[in-house]
Amino acid sequence: MNKVFHVMYDDDDTLKTAASQLVAKGIRVKEVFSPFPIHGIDPIIGVKRTRLGIAAFMYASTGTALALFGMWYFMISDWPMNIGGKPSFSLIENLPAFIPVTFEFSVLCGAHGMAITYLLRNGTLPGMPATNPDPRTTDNMFVMEITTEQNSLSAEALEAAIKETQLFELSIKDYK
Amino acid sequence: MEFKFEGRAKIVSQVLMGIGIIALIAGFLTDGSDHHQRWWANLLVNGFFWFSISLAALFFYALNYAVEAAWSAVIKRMFEAMWHFLPIGAGVIVVVLVAGNFFHAHHLYHWMDHTLYHEFVIGEGDQATYVDVMEEGAVANPNYDHIIAHKGAYFASWFFWLRTLVYIGTFMLFAHLFRKWSLLEDEKPSLDLHYKQFKRSAVFLVFFAVFSSMLAWDWIMSIDVHWFSTLFGWYLFAGMWVGFMIFLNVALIWLRSKGYYQEVTESHMHDISKWMFAISMLWSYLWVSQFLLIWYANIPEEVTYYTQRFFSDYQVPFMVMFCVNFAVPFYTLLPRDTKRNPNFIIPVGLLIFVGHFADVYLLVIPGTMFDHNEFGIFEIGLFLGFLGLYMNRTLSALSKAPLIPVNHPMLQESKDLHY
Repeated sequence: MNKVFHVMYDDDDTLKTAASQLVAKGIRVKEVFSPFPIHGIDPIIGVKRTRLGIAAFMYASTGTALALFGMWYFMISDWPMNIGGKPSFSLIENLPAFIPVTFEFSVLCGAHGMAITYLLRNGTLPGMPATNPDPRTTDNMFVMEITTEQNSLSAEALEAAIKETQLFELSIKDYK
Repeated sequence: MEFKFEGRAKIVSQVLMGIGIIALIAGFLTDGSDHHQRWWANLLVNGFFWFSISLAALFFYALNYAVEAAWSAVIKRMFEAMWHFLPIGAGVIVVVLVAGNFFHAHHLYHWMDHTLYHEFVIGEGDQATYVDVMEEGAVANPNYDHIIAHKGAYFASWFFWLRTLVYIGTFMLFAHLFRKWSLLEDEKPSLDLHYKQFKRSAVFLVFFAVFSSMLAWDWIMSIDVHWFSTLFGWYLFAGMWVGFMIFLNVALIWLRSKGYYQEVTESHMHDISKWMFAISMLWSYLWVSQFLLIWYANIPEEVTYYTQRFFSDYQVPFMVMFCVNFAVPFYTLLPRDTKRNPNFIIPVGLLIFVGHFADVYLLVIPGTMFDHNEFGIFEIGLFLGFLGLYMNRTLSALSKAPLIPVNHPMLQESKDLHY
């Protein structure tokens, strides 16, 4: 039977110290739940670098391209517009007039794309069921999740190692 | 740890200064332009560019104190060293202004011609007397310039020189006080001294906000005297800030490779690169803000500045300069890894640095050399000469105090900076 350990700490620094101790023993920490981002926890538990920045760049680039294409179609191609007394009917010569819209649309696409990706990836879209093991992690508690599945140690050895840290509360459940 | 200014760095800086002196002399002798206009214009470009970088160092020091920023405590001696060029830069600018205003050695500033301000003239040539109202024997002054005459009160000699000297005096005073207190703090820890700097920095920022804009109008914008732009000062301010950030970054990379500043971590370097990136965007934003409104409104008195740059020999350098200063930092400094990689920062930094020099060059030259500009070895030599002088002053100032302030109250927090 696989087991899952939910180790609760009452301070983020204590959790960080505990995580370092456990990782030093070769134990893999699956996940950390906390009310706020814990600075410097990522390298300790080996979280991979986020690719959200790359995604944001791609969303924003899409926005830039869409905005430029749209304005070319609306203002130059489909219904040529006289822009500020410069009816040159050319995208490149009227480009300065399109820059603010392009900029805003890039920001809009970048920000929305990034937010939606983030919420989807974390499973935190409005209405989605919460996945944190204890409601107190949204308040003032910090929980570390460790599973026997990911570790070569036995459940007893894991429990002994976990109990050496300055934990606040420990709950052990069978893993479905 | 003390920095020792010796060996190759010293020789390189002296060689560069030697090149500068040769360029200065040879450039003056070979300069065929009227009144050595090209020589004087390039002196102003270099004087202002390097002055503005040292000024940005002073500003950044005060900014970090005023907002109680802890991260920079460990490198604040760099800021102090970098403003030691202030008196030299200010001196060069004053020499150019004096030569133009009192000796008519050049015509960089059209408004320095006193005959422009009077509607009527009596007599001719050297005996001419200029008067403002119609008198007996007076005829309409052919030199009279309606627009400049209306700016006469602002450009009155006493007022102009009062402003110039007040700017320089204020900067020197604060630079002197900040340095004094900083060294005093090394001798004994004192929170009072820290809070004193905190308060004086805020006061300095108020002066700086006004003076940095006004000196840009007085020394640079007045070259194109018929033209005006209210955000011109901020635009120049952003430019000087980027230049400072790049010089700081590259200098720190060099110092760290020589074994100094081991307390400066990757996180500090990352933060400085972030500043480089952010202020490059601020500069681009201001450049576009100024351009966009003028382009859109298309009013003759406003577009002169851009027609002079877009529809002339300056077109290619002007557009390349903007692309380099905007697109290069935007695309290369956006990812996290490039910000921490010296192999990226050095070439990109040097490229943007030259880009911002070109920016100042294109602020001054089109309005002074018009269609007769030449670019050659003289310009490059002078730039290298000033670079050597700036390096020399900065590094020699850096060697005069401990590299890391001993008793700064936020020193430990700065060393522990983690990003």
